[in-house]
Amino acid sequence: MNTTIMLFLVQDGITNGAIYALLGLALVLVFAVTRVILIPQGEFVTYGALTYASLAAGQMPGTAKLALALGIGAFAFDLFEARKALHGRLIVRGLITNIALPAIVLALTLYFAAQKPPVAICIALSLVIVAMIGLYIYRIAFQPLAHTSVLVLLIASVGVHLALQGLGLLFFGAEGQRGPALLSGAFTAGALRFTGQSITVYAITIAFIVGLWLFFGLTLYGKALRATAVNRLGARLAGIRTTLSGQIAFLLASVIGALSGILIVPITTLYYDSGFLIGLKGFVAAIIGGLVSYPLTAVAALVVGIVEAFSSFYASNYKEVIVFMLLIPVLLLRSLAAPAVEEEKD
Amino acid sequence: MQGRLPILVFAAVMAAIPFIPGIPPFWIVLLDNIGLAALVAMGLVLLTGVGGLTSFGQAAFVGFGAYTTAVLSTAYGVSPWLTLPLSLLVSGLFAVLLGLITVRLSGHYLPLGTIAWGLGLFYLFSKLEFLGRNDGISAIPPLSIGSLKMLSPGSIYYAIWIAVIVSALLTINLLDSRTGRAIRALRRGHIAAEAFGVHTPRAKLLVFIHAAVLAGLSGWLYAHLQRAVNPTPFGAHMGIEYLFIAVVGGAGYVWGGVLGAAIVVILKEALQSYLPLILPGSGQVETIVFGIMLVALLQFAPGGLWPWLMSFFPERTGGKKPDTSLKLEHRARAAAESGVLLQVEKARKQFGGVVAVNNVSFDVQAREIVALIGPNGAGKSTTFNLITGVLSATSGSISVLGKKVDNAPPQEIVKLGISRTFQHVKLVPDMTVLENVAIGAHLRGHSGPVASMLRLDRADEARLLAEAARQIERVGLTEQMHQLAGSLSLGQQRIVEIARALCVDPMLLLLDEPAAGLRHMEKQRLATLLRDLRDGGMSVLLVEHDMSFVMNLADRIVVLDFGTKIAEGTPATIKTNPEVIKAYLGVAA
Repeated sequence: MNTTIMLFLVQDGITNGAIYALLGLALVLVFAVTRVILIPQGEFVTYGALTYASLAAGQMPGTAKLALALGIGAFAFDLFEARKALHGRLIVRGLITNIALPAIVLALTLYFAAQKPPVAICIALSLVIVAMIGLYIYRIAFQPLAHTSVLVLLIASVGVHLALQGLGLLFFGAEGQRGPALLSGAFTAGALRFTGQSITVYAITIAFIVGLWLFFGLTLYGKALRATAVNRLGARLAGIRTTLSGQIAFLLASVIGALSGILIVPITTLYYDSGFLIGLKGFVAAIIGGLVSYPLTAVAALVVGIVEAFSSFYASNYKEVIVFMLLIPVLLLRSLAAPAVEEEKD
Repeated sequence: MQGRLPILVFAAVMAAIPFIPGIPPFWIVLLDNIGLAALVAMGLVLLTGVGGLTSFGQAAFVGFGAYTTAVLSTAYGVSPWLTLPLSLLVSGLFAVLLGLITVRLSGHYLPLGTIAWGLGLFYLFSKLEFLGRNDGISAIPPLSIGSLKMLSPGSIYYAIWIAVIVSALLTINLLDSRTGRAIRALRRGHIAAEAFGVHTPRAKLLVFIHAAVLAGLSGWLYAHLQRAVNPTPFGAHMGIEYLFIAVVGGAGYVWGGVLGAAIVVILKEALQSYLPLILPGSGQVETIVFGIMLVALLQFAPGGLWPWLMSFFPERTGGKKPDTSLKLEHRARAAAESGVLLQVEKARKQFGGVVAVNNVSFDVQAREIVALIGPNGAGKSTTFNLITGVLSATSGSISVLGKKVDNAPPQEIVKLGISRTFQHVKLVPDMTVLENVAIGAHLRGHSGPVASMLRLDRADEARLLAEAARQIERVGLTEQMHQLAGSLSLGQQRIVEIARALCVDPMLLLLDEPAAGLRHMEKQRLATLLRDLRDGGMSVLLVEHDMSFVMNLADRIVVLDFGTKIAEGTPATIKTNPEVIKAYLGVAA
């Protein structure tokens, strides 16, 4: 092979890898805080991407309505849980965050969708819509299960994934979509051509890695989130609201997911079910990072991206086989390296 | 230990269904599909519900079974009946291969690993030339007996349901056996099981293979029912659906798998045919409902529907008391009527910078009760774990009957006749006291899984249960023999652990805080029991905080403080030892 092809493959791999890194980070974040292995991460990607693409094409995305529906659901869950000690402030707060907010966003979406809004507004709306969906889904599906085992949470996570993917088909149809680029223009360095889009991808990935690292290392909220991950009861005794930690984690994860989607949809055509595979590759990276390490996850994601790029060049038929089988030796090494700890299950 | 009658009734009903006049042929198709799914779900019950190993990848094993027969019977013209053992073999071999890698994965890595190979294999099926890529393989010959060709769903119906009922019986038999108890103990962590000689990775691999072979059987039947295969039904989503079936039915129950399959298959059919009428859309609405129901089920009925259904039937109280006249042979042991049984020499254990056990030396003689005491954090339980092979020593040596055993695994230590109890009770709460105690006799039985499935293990099994019953009687819990271990008080659970340890037929019994949680009378009874055991020729090493209990019982006391031995001697000398008093009470300022 010649160097140009190799460089080209590496560049391609790094661009994809950067996206996987973002997703991997979100997965690590959610797992570390809530112990949920977030299979629906892929749906956040497609929802973000297709909401953005639909808005940019002047169509009304169904996700905005879903956010309102889920918000009503979350409100109902809140009321039911607090039924013994209802008070006005709680109801008002619930009404604002769970109903008024998605209602306003829905109204804005309806207004803007009719007039092909500028890119910035499309991005903002898409991010807010998906963020709300993530938040409410945590409230409805995962918060009631917060005390259960990783396994039960994992199965629930699969359930959420199925439901969201099915809804995705309803909202966006079976055809793929592409969105407008965030940053047009390009420059060449040697044989390589860097597009504005790929630069944006790199910049945002790096910004998020640094941001998360600072957030968890230096801020009180970040530390509270980490404490929740280690010991829920202990964190609660220390005055940390564990449900709030879970909400923050899901909020961040859905924003990251949606953002990744918005970043790739100008490069690749996305379908309602593309997210699953993309999310799973983020997983491969997250698992290599042991579901705890952010820098390792980021590096692993780049490796996954590059391996994928090379295998799609040499053995395109077996691209997916290679990427997923990559996971097995990694898992094996991981569990051999980890000391055999006694686990008290259930 | 389920009654045979309900199974016979079930089999009779299933056999009669096709003869109901006017039954729509479509119902038979549904029943065929239920049977196929039930086979896979049954394997998952054993794997996930009982063994605690979650697999999202079972659909791939169905694929191995289906593709094996598809390739052999189309390209090579092999008779479908000959491909049956080969299909099972291929599924089984891949299970060994994937299992060797996967079952060693701990915690949540395991289910993730199964997702990974589930996906990988799906793509492999759809890309390999000789498997027909995405189009798959068609024109698979039907099953036939003589001139009867099973071409219609109605004729293969019997093959499918005979497979389901036979598999269920074999699986239930397996669970109710020596191997079954080892499998059922897996979910509660491996330390307790290993302390009684269970080779946990092997037990995990066994359930993995069992589940894969059942899935392969389902695949073989599927290929001959559809007479064509393509990769779609073996993808990741089907793997998830199988798990869903097991969860719906009740992942801990073999019949839960069948119930779950019935519910999910019928529900899916109903959703597919009626949902578009209510919610006209571009399809896949059933996945949405499916996903929502999965989450709802976990929130409202995490145990599945089978236990809920069973709660309407009167509970069968008690089991048969085993015939205690049956004798279990004693373990072959080296004669140890006198002399040093256990010698701990300069044992040291460091966790990073913390020295938990600091060059501790002591011994235990034959027919002696030695107590290991010391304030909390003195390193007593760590010492126990070093002796029993749960932890390996950083340095120093441990010998049993003059033979060095340091760093031998727990399974080897128990073979030497050293058995133990745990500070934090490690029983299987959803097994009866009798079954829990019988785990202690694991190494004294010899029936393997195949013998258990075919019920050839009954004589061996009866002797094991008789021994367990004898030990339960010895510790005074005969009344509670058939209760679930989890329903006992903590004190009683500790006594159950002692009975389990006695089932090993040990020469040295290690007891970690046996008297904690016992009432005064119970403590006295325990002390009498331990003295009797000593007088019968057993030695006892115990960790205990109750000083009056220790002082009245022990022949010799070893005192640890901060990992270091500070005193050793008879109870009388220890009571007055200034070092010991200082460790416990501190020094007056």
